[in-house]
Amino acid sequence: MKALLFERSLPRFAASRIASGLGSGRGARVAPLRLVDTEAPDLPGEGWHRVSPILSGICGSDLATLDGRSSRYFEPLVSFPFVPGHEVVGTLEAPATAADGSSLDAGHRVVIQPVLGCAARGIEPPCPSCSAGHSGDCEHVAFGHISPGIQTGFCSDTGGGWSTAGLVAHESQLHAVPENLSDNDAVTIEPVACALHSVLRAGLGEDQVVAVLGAGTLGLATVAALTHLSSQGIIPLPRAVLVGARYANQRTLADDLGATTALPPDQLSRAVRRHSRSMTMGGASSARLTGGADLVFDCVGSADSIGQSLEMVRPRGTVVLVGMPGRVSVDLASLWHREVRLVGAYAYGNESVLGQEQSTFSLAIDAVAAMHTGRFVSATYPLDRFEEAVAHAGAAGRRGAVKIAFDLQATARGGHR
Amino acid sequence: MTARPGFVLEVDGSTPPTLFWKGEGFTLERLPEGSRVIYAPEPLDALKDPVAAIRHALEHPTGDSEPLSALLRPGMKLTICFDDVSLPLPPMQAPDVRQMVIEEVLDMAAAAGLDDVVLVAALALHRRMTEPELRHALGDRIYEAFAPHGLLTQHDAEDPENLIHLGKTDEGEDVEINKRAATSDLLVYVNISLVAMDGGHKSVATGLASYKSLRHHHNPRTMRHSKSFMDAPSSELHTANWRMGRLIADSGVKIFQIETTLNTDTFPSQFAFLQRREWEWNLRDRATYAATATALDATPDKLARQIFHSIRAPHAMTSVHAGEVEAVHEETLSNVWRQQGVVVEGQTDILTMGLPYICPYNVNSIMNPILVACLGLGYFFNLYRGKPLVREGGVLIMQHPTKPDFDPAFHPSYIDFFEQVLTETTDPAEMHKVFEESFATDPWYIHLYRTGHAYHGVHPFYMWYWCAHALEHLGRVIVLGGDPTAVRRMGFSPASTMADALEMAKDVVGPSPTLTHLHSPPIMLADVQ
Repeated sequence: MKALLFERSLPRFAASRIASGLGSGRGARVAPLRLVDTEAPDLPGEGWHRVSPILSGICGSDLATLDGRSSRYFEPLVSFPFVPGHEVVGTLEAPATAADGSSLDAGHRVVIQPVLGCAARGIEPPCPSCSAGHSGDCEHVAFGHISPGIQTGFCSDTGGGWSTAGLVAHESQLHAVPENLSDNDAVTIEPVACALHSVLRAGLGEDQVVAVLGAGTLGLATVAALTHLSSQGIIPLPRAVLVGARYANQRTLADDLGATTALPPDQLSRAVRRHSRSMTMGGASSARLTGGADLVFDCVGSADSIGQSLEMVRPRGTVVLVGMPGRVSVDLASLWHREVRLVGAYAYGNESVLGQEQSTFSLAIDAVAAMHTGRFVSATYPLDRFEEAVAHAGAAGRRGAVKIAFDLQATARGGHR
Repeated sequence: MTARPGFVLEVDGSTPPTLFWKGEGFTLERLPEGSRVIYAPEPLDALKDPVAAIRHALEHPTGDSEPLSALLRPGMKLTICFDDVSLPLPPMQAPDVRQMVIEEVLDMAAAAGLDDVVLVAALALHRRMTEPELRHALGDRIYEAFAPHGLLTQHDAEDPENLIHLGKTDEGEDVEINKRAATSDLLVYVNISLVAMDGGHKSVATGLASYKSLRHHHNPRTMRHSKSFMDAPSSELHTANWRMGRLIADSGVKIFQIETTLNTDTFPSQFAFLQRREWEWNLRDRATYAATATALDATPDKLARQIFHSIRAPHAMTSVHAGEVEAVHEETLSNVWRQQGVVVEGQTDILTMGLPYICPYNVNSIMNPILVACLGLGYFFNLYRGKPLVREGGVLIMQHPTKPDFDPAFHPSYIDFFEQVLTETTDPAEMHKVFEESFATDPWYIHLYRTGHAYHGVHPFYMWYWCAHALEHLGRVIVLGGDPTAVRRMGFSPASTMADALEMAKDVVGPSPTLTHLHSPPIMLADVQ
C-alpha cells in the first residue's frame, strides 16, 4: 500500500516556500512530502470506518501547504505526519451508518465530510458550534481522542485521500454517493459544499449584484452554487453574477455555469461599476467606485484579491473570503470608511434552507448533480507521479485545467487515466 | 490644370505594388494580375476667393429662402450651430471652413445689430471638443469673443433643461433637439460635407438631437436598410432624418443651412505620395515612402499617433451654398459626387482596403478595434451608390493592426463594450436588444459625456450598427495584420500576410476570385454599375 506522507521538517518547509516562488505547486519537489509504503490507519474507536479512496482531489489549501505558504495559524491545528487529501470519494470496507442515519453496505461509495468535529473526536457535550450544526467552526479540533487536525487530510490519526491504504472516517463524516453521480462528480462534492456554505453565509438580498473574483475550482463552484441555489428558490436571483477569471477556459466554464459575464480580473471592476450603475472617482481610468457590488466572493485569498474586492464592494456591502488567505497586507481604509463587512467562509455543517436544517453535503450532492461539476476534473494521476500532479494543479488555469485529482485505483493497478 | 477623374486600373505584370494603409503606417502589397485598383479623382480646384463665395451664397440663397441679411434684425435670437471635430478628416489647415463661414455670418449679425447670438457645436452623442479643437475650428477671434461669456456651447444631449420635444413623425419617431437652437428666431447651421452622407436634414435632426430621438434611426434595422449611407434615396437613415427634418420645419424652427464641400487634397506636401498613383511616383516619392514606412515601423505607437494626428490637410473649399435645407443639400451632393465619384463596372468577389489612422471618432485619439470595424465595414464598405463594390457573400480584406488599445478618457464605454458585449454577441440586433439601454442610460457614461470628453455610453453600439449592412452582406471579413485576439473577438478572421488572406478568402468565394482594391484615402464614392 502506498501513501503520500507529509512530515514536519523546517528546512524542507523553507525550501518548498522558496521553490514555490517559481509558481504554485512547484514546492512539491522539495516539500517534506514523500511516497511511502504504509498500512491502513487503526480505527480510533466506535463509529469509525475504513474507506478505500477512489479519487482524491488536490485543493488550494493542499498546494499552500506543500508550497510552505500556509499561515502559521494552523500549526496547532494539524498533527504530523499526515496523509493529505480531504476531497475524497471512496468505498466503504464494511457496513456503516452514514451521517444521516442511513445504513450503508460494504462497497458503497461515500464522500467524506472531512471536518473532524466534536462527534468524530468523541467529545461530549459538543461545543456550541457543533451543537448548532456548524461543525466547520468546531472549537475542539485540537482535542479529543484523536490527534489535532481540522480535517481529514491534516490529522496524523485518520489518514487522508492520497493513499491506497485507505483512511478512517467517523460515521458523522460519511455521505452516500447516489448512483447517478460519477466518481468525478463525487470528488467535487466537498469543494461545492464549501461554495454553497459561502453563498448561504453571505446572505444574498433581492436583485443584488454579485462579483466572484477568481475562477479556479472554488470560484467556479461558487458560480455553480449561486445558479443552483437561486434556481431552487433558496436564495434570490442575483441581478448579475460577474466573474473575474484569468484564463479563457475558466471564462467559458463560468459562462456555462450561469455567470452573467466572465472576464479578465482587471476588467471585473469595470463590469461591477456598470451593473451596479456606479460612478468612479478620480477620472475615467480610475477603478475606485462610488457604489459597487452588493457581494464580492474572493475565491483567491491573496492581498491583491482582497484589495480588489474591497475596491469593488459597495458601502455596507459584504466581502466573503472563500479562498484561504494567509498573512497579507491590505489597505483597510475603504473597509472602515464604507463600513464593509468582511466575512470568512470555511467548510460546511448544517444550513438553514427555506426554514429547514439541511447538511451542506446533502445540498452539495444535489448541486453537483444539477450543475455537472464533475467536468471540473481535468486530469488524474497515480500517486507515484505526485510531483507532476501537484505541478499540474498549481498551474491548472494556465494549462486549461480546473481540478486535478489522484486516482487511487489506478495507482493500485499501476496505471492511470 | 484640370483634375483627372477617378480611375480603375487593371493590375498586370508591369503594375508596381499598391499602397495599403495600416493604421499609423503603410505598406506596399503586390496584388494578383487581373485585380482592379480604384483611384480617387484628383483634387478639384479650390474656389479662388472662398470668402467672396461665402458672402455670395449668404446673399443669394438656394431654394425658398431670403438672403441672410434679410433674416437678421435687431433683438432677435440667433443660434449658429456647426459640425464638430469629426469633420473634416484629417482636420484641415487653418483657417477652417467653419471659421470662414461663421465670421461672415457674425459680421452680418453685427451689422444688423443683433446682440443675442450663441454658438453651438452640434455634437449629437460625440465627445465634447477641447479648447484647442474649438479654437482650430472657429479661430481665436471667435473663440475669445464667445467662449469667455458662455456663448460658445456644445450640444448636450443629456441636458433636460436644454432639450425640447417637438413632436413625433408619422412613423412615431420622437423629435427632440437642442432647445436654444429650436427656440431661436433663426438657426444657422454651418456644415462641412466631407462625404455624401453629411448635411441636409441630418445636420439638425441628428447633430442637435437627444438619445431619445437618435435611437429611432441609429439602430440595426435602419442601418441594415441603408444601402448605402452615401446614397440618400436608398438610405433609411436619411429617410428617417428627412422625416424628422420636415417635422422640425413644420414646428416653426427657422433654419438657414450653409453647406460647404471640400476637395480631396488630403495630405500635406511631405506626404504627397499618399495621394499619387504608384506608377507615377517619382524618385522623391519612392524615397519618401521607403524612409517613412521604415521609420514608422520602428516608431512607438504613441509617437506615431502623435505624428499622424498632427497632420493638417490642405483641403480647400470647392463649393458653398446657403438657404433652404433640401435645396442646398441637392447642390452639395452634386459637388460631392463631382469630386469623389468614380464609375466602377460590376462587383467583385474580394474587396481589399488599407485602413488609415483616423476615422470621424478618433481625432486626436486611438483607433480602437470597434472603430477599426466601423471604418472598414461602416464607412469604406458603404462608399458606393447602386450596388456594394463586393458581391453578396463576398469577402472583405482590410489591413490594420487592430490593437486592443483604448482611450479611457474619450472612449470609456468602448472598453466595456469590447469586454462585456462583444464577448457575448457580435449580432447588432442581439446587442441592441440586450445591452443598449443599460449603456445608454449608464449614469457614469452620461457624467463623462456631459462633463469630460467622452463619447456617449451608447456610441460604441452605434459604431457596431454602422457595420450591420456589411455584416449581413459579406461572407467573411479578414483583418490583415490585425491582433488575432481582438480580430476574433469581433467575429472576423486574422491573417498575417496578403497571400494567407487571399487563400482564406478563396475558401469562401471559390478558387478564381475577382479582386478590387479601394485605394483610399483620399475619399471616393464608387458608382457601381
